[in-house]
Parts: sequence; C-alpha cells; structure tokens
Amino acid sequence: MEKCPKHVVHYIHLYLDGEISNEEEIIMNEHLNTCEECQTVLEELEETISLFKNVDVIEAPVGFATGVAARLPQSTIRRGPKKWLRQHPIMAAAALFLILMSASLFSSFENDQQFSFTKQPDVIVEGETVVVPAGKIIKGDLVVKNGDLRIEGEVDGNVTVIRGSKYMASTAVITGSSEEINEVFDWLWYKIKSVAKDIIPSSKEQKPETE
Amino acid sequence: MDELITKRVKEVLNGNQEAFEEIVIHFQHRLYQVCYRMLNNTAEAEDIAQEAFVRAYVNLETYDQKRKFSTWLYRIATNLCIDRIRKKKPDYYLDATVPGTDGLNMYSQLSTDQQLPEEEVEKMEMKDRVQYEVNRLPDKYRTIIILRYMEDLQLQEIADILEMPLGTVKTRVHRGREALRQQMGSM
Ligand SMILES: [Zn+2]
Repeated sequence: MEKCPKHVVHYIHLYLDGEISNEEEIIMNEHLNTCEECQTVLEELEETISLFKNVDVIEAPVGFATGVAARLPQSTIRRGPKKWLRQHPIMAAAALFLILMSASLFSSFENDQQFSFTKQPDVIVEGETVVVPAGKIIKGDLVVKNGDLRIEGEVDGNVTVIRGSKYMASTAVITGSSEEINEVFDWLWYKIKSVAKDIIPSSKEQKPETE
Repeated sequence: MDELITKRVKEVLNGNQEAFEEIVIHFQHRLYQVCYRMLNNTAEAEDIAQEAFVRAYVNLETYDQKRKFSTWLYRIATNLCIDRIRKKKPDYYLDATVPGTDGLNMYSQLSTDQQLPEEEVEKMEMKDRVQYEVNRLPDKYRTIIILRYMEDLQLQEIADILEMPLGTVKTRVHRGREALRQQMGSM
C-alpha cells in the first residue's frame, strides 16, 4: 500500500462512516479504479463490518433486576430527610433558624449598629465607606455592615450591604449576587440564607423571592 | 420513552425506590449486553452491570436531566468495565500505544497470551469469532468498536458516553476497524 496516497485510506474510512464529501468520493473512486489493493482493503473492511450482523442479541439473566434491588443501599431513612433538605434548603434552614434564634434575632438587628466589613486586602476605607478601587479585583464575598460601599473595581463574589448604600461606578463589576439589606425582613432573609448555606453546603443556592 | 424515564428518575429522586426498578428493567438487557461484550464473561458482566445500576442509583442526583439517561448509564457501565479490565492486566500492556499499523504489530506481539491456537479459532462459530477478535483489540479501540458496531450507537453518542472529542472517536473507529480487518485477514 506504499504507493497509495494516505488520504485515500482516510477517505475509505470516511466513506464507511457515511461522512465522505462528493469531491472526496470522486477522488477515492478514481484511485480505487486503478488500485486493486485499495479495492481489497475496502471490501475487507465492509466484510468485517458485516460480520457484526452475526452477533446475537444478549439478554440479562433471569433475576438480574432482583439482584440489583438487593444490592441497593437500604437508605430510605437517610434518603428521606436528606432529600427533603436538599430540595428545600431555605425552608429547612428557616425552620431551624426560627427555632434557634427567634428570641435574639430582632434585637440583634436593632442593636448591632457598629460599622464593620469583610477584611479584603485591596479595599480602602474612607470614613464609614468601603471603597473597592478602580483596577482592583476583590476575590471573595464582601459584606459591609452599617456603612456604605463604593465599587469602582471588581468583586469576584457576592456583595451584601447591610443598613447602608451601595454605589457602583461605571467601571464596577460584581460577578456574584448583590444585595442591600435595610429592613428587618431582609435581614431575616439574609440570616436564613447564610444558615442554609452553612448547613447544606452542597445545595445549589436558590434565589429567594424578594419582597 | 425518554419522557417516561425522566419521570421515573424524578420519582426516584423524590424517594420512591420502586421507580428505580422500572429503570433497571428497561435498561437491563442493553447494559448487561455491553458489559458482556466488554468483559466476555457472563458472571463478570452480571456483576458489573448490576454495580453500574447501583452506582446510578446512589449518584442519581448528579445526573444532568437535560441529557440522555442511557448515555449516562452507559458511561458508568463502560467505566466500570474498563476498570475491571485494567485490574486484570499487566501495566505494560495498557500503556502500549498503537499509532498506525506499526503499532498494531506491536500489539499483536503483546497480546499473544490472549491468542487461541489457530485450529480452535477456525472451528469457532462466526458470532464467537467476532466477539473473540473484538476482545483482542487494544483497549482504546475495543470499547469504541463495541459501542459502534455491537451496540449500534452513533459516533456523537459514543463521544458523549466516553467524554471524548468526536474527532478522537472517529480516529479510533478508523484504527479499530483497520485492526479488526487485519486480524480477520487470516480467515
Ligand atoms: Zn491504493
């Protein structure tokens, strides 16, 4: 087969896969007409493929499905609640949260008046305003409490401003979600979602219906 | 059919284990068959095909419902089969690359341990002979040839199952087919 152009062998395979173009088929046929060797190769390949028609359809043995059932983990107890948690992470967390926190929750929102924010290396603080400078990229979430946030650069994460305002410059980019929380109810939502994320880290975050 | 399967998958995810049995019954023959083709042994095929269903059940949450369920199931089964085959073979055999026809010669040297005496091969029924020759193919061609010609799957579906670029699948079909032709040449 040394004298045969390599692309002809390639065309033969394209032909067998039904993927040959008209021009390629013409070139292939021109060569086949002059080359017995390649004709033989094509015939043998077609014959090889046709041999698969002899292969029987095989069925799984009797009792196969019962065997699978016997091997499945007996996990109805595990699967039940875990399943429910995964599908309703917010609700589950809300229930848990309300039980644990109902007494201290509202007072904590009212009493916590101190300016605070997530410590990120590139942010600048001007009075009670946190600034993400232009050209800087903050990796991770940013939370500002009882203060304002001005974004000129990028935040590669979620942004939350609690009892403050957020100002976006035209250059600002936030890759995650962005929220301003000024009411007790927003605060409640925020807390619930943080709890949900903490206790069910594998769940995909669901967007809460905003009021 | 796909809709019914999607419905059953959702039911299983909602905790209905019995819905999974319907999925097993629906796919059992196809999955067992592909395992048997890969492993060429009924006991192992049953074990691995059942294991594939168990893995599918346990990991059902990770199944992307926008995709074909059978593709996902085939992927689990073929991966398990490939693992099983690897465990049975010495490493040098696995790492042997087979570029073009030169490589095929190298392969046929390496695979002599799997080769039966010629007179026995000649006595084989054609269906057994095909299975025998396919099993002598190098791993990376064997799986693809089985999926293409024994399971009758489209090239794109094979690419999805094996999580391989379509171009790679095509090349391996070409080479696998050529290898098979040469093996059959002695007929
Ligand atoms: Zn030629």
